[in-house]
Amino acid sequence: MSPASKKRLNYFLIIGIVTLILGKFIFGSLQKNTVYFFSPTDLFLSSEKPRGAIRIGGLVKIGSIQAKKNDSVYTFLVTDLKNDIYVEYKGILPNLFQEGKGVVVEGVLKDKKFLLGKNILAKHDENYMPPEVADALKKTGNWNKKYD
Amino acid sequence: MFDLFQLKKFFQLSDNFLYWLKIIFLSVIVFGLILSLVISPKDYLQGDTVRIMYVHVPASWLSLMIFAAIGISSIITLIFKIRVFTIYAKSLAPIGFTFSLISIFTGSLWGQPAWGTFWTWDARLTSMLILVFFYIFYILSWKFIKNFFVAEKYSAIIAIIGLVNLPIIKFSVDWWNTLHQPASIKLTQSPAIHSSMLMPLLVMFLGFALFSLFIFFIRYKIEILKLRKNKLNRILK
Repeated sequence: MSPASKKRLNYFLIIGIVTLILGKFIFGSLQKNTVYFFSPTDLFLSSEKPRGAIRIGGLVKIGSIQAKKNDSVYTFLVTDLKNDIYVEYKGILPNLFQEGKGVVVEGVLKDKKFLLGKNILAKHDENYMPPEVADALKKTGNWNKKYD
Repeated sequence: MFDLFQLKKFFQLSDNFLYWLKIIFLSVIVFGLILSLVISPKDYLQGDTVRIMYVHVPASWLSLMIFAAIGISSIITLIFKIRVFTIYAKSLAPIGFTFSLISIFTGSLWGQPAWGTFWTWDARLTSMLILVFFYIFYILSWKFIKNFFVAEKYSAIIAIIGLVNLPIIKFSVDWWNTLHQPASIKLTQSPAIHSSMLMPLLVMFLGFALFSLFIFFIRYKIEILKLRKNKLNRILK
């Protein structure tokens, strides 16, 4: 290795280490601020009520979907299995919106337990399988709760 | 002096080699497309929409892997001045850029029916868009800086900074709440994707990887010819 290369390698290593340390601090603060959605428990534990539009995410509680008054107003509970939030939404539901499945709701928080939904995004999980396999798993009792 | 014999040998080898590589990558991609579009089953939840994944996932993987290769080549370039790595990195950039665009566009095509939106600013999608911009900056730095040695330096710095973004993309789905689903295929666990769907995915990945190799050889050849035209080919010694 030539002396020039060695010098550049040393510079590179120093810059690399400094960047790693800086990155750790930046990452630490990002983790607090980079929130795509809040879970019901996050909201329950937070001391102040978030103002303006927020997103909440969780599972649609099984058996909680109700169509109110006319067909385009829906109410349901979003749960993270510890706390629930009651959501009221007027509009069209996406195809993957189902009971027991992940959902992200954009809307305005009326109080800690009630969100007026403006927009619904269905969250898909990482499980992929053919319908026959899903049926067979359900029949033989090997259906994993995480697939729901 | 530039070693003419070596260069000639490389061209001879690669002409023959490229011919076979072309045939192999085309047949693998055709086979992969038949597997993924016709033979593979529908998903139990998404139905036929799942077929977008067979293009989206290999394209995303390759755009990340290619940027990693560019970044590592750039480190070698910058520290040890081994010029051939500069040419590797420069030849790889347009391929990775194309795959990152394919990833974004197929992703939003899938997002509309599955999530209910084309685009959302979650951590995965945002960091992937930043990767696209790093590719653009990298390619533009070669376009706009006329002096080879200056361009080499600045493009390498851009690639090394961009390298930081790669683990952020990869782990964004684990570190933060995102709308994007976490990885289905992990090194430490059995895949969360059924084997009848994993097979076509891996074949498509192989096809895309061979295609990248094919384009890479063509780009590499062009870059060598450009160097020769600018009387810079001595730097590869």
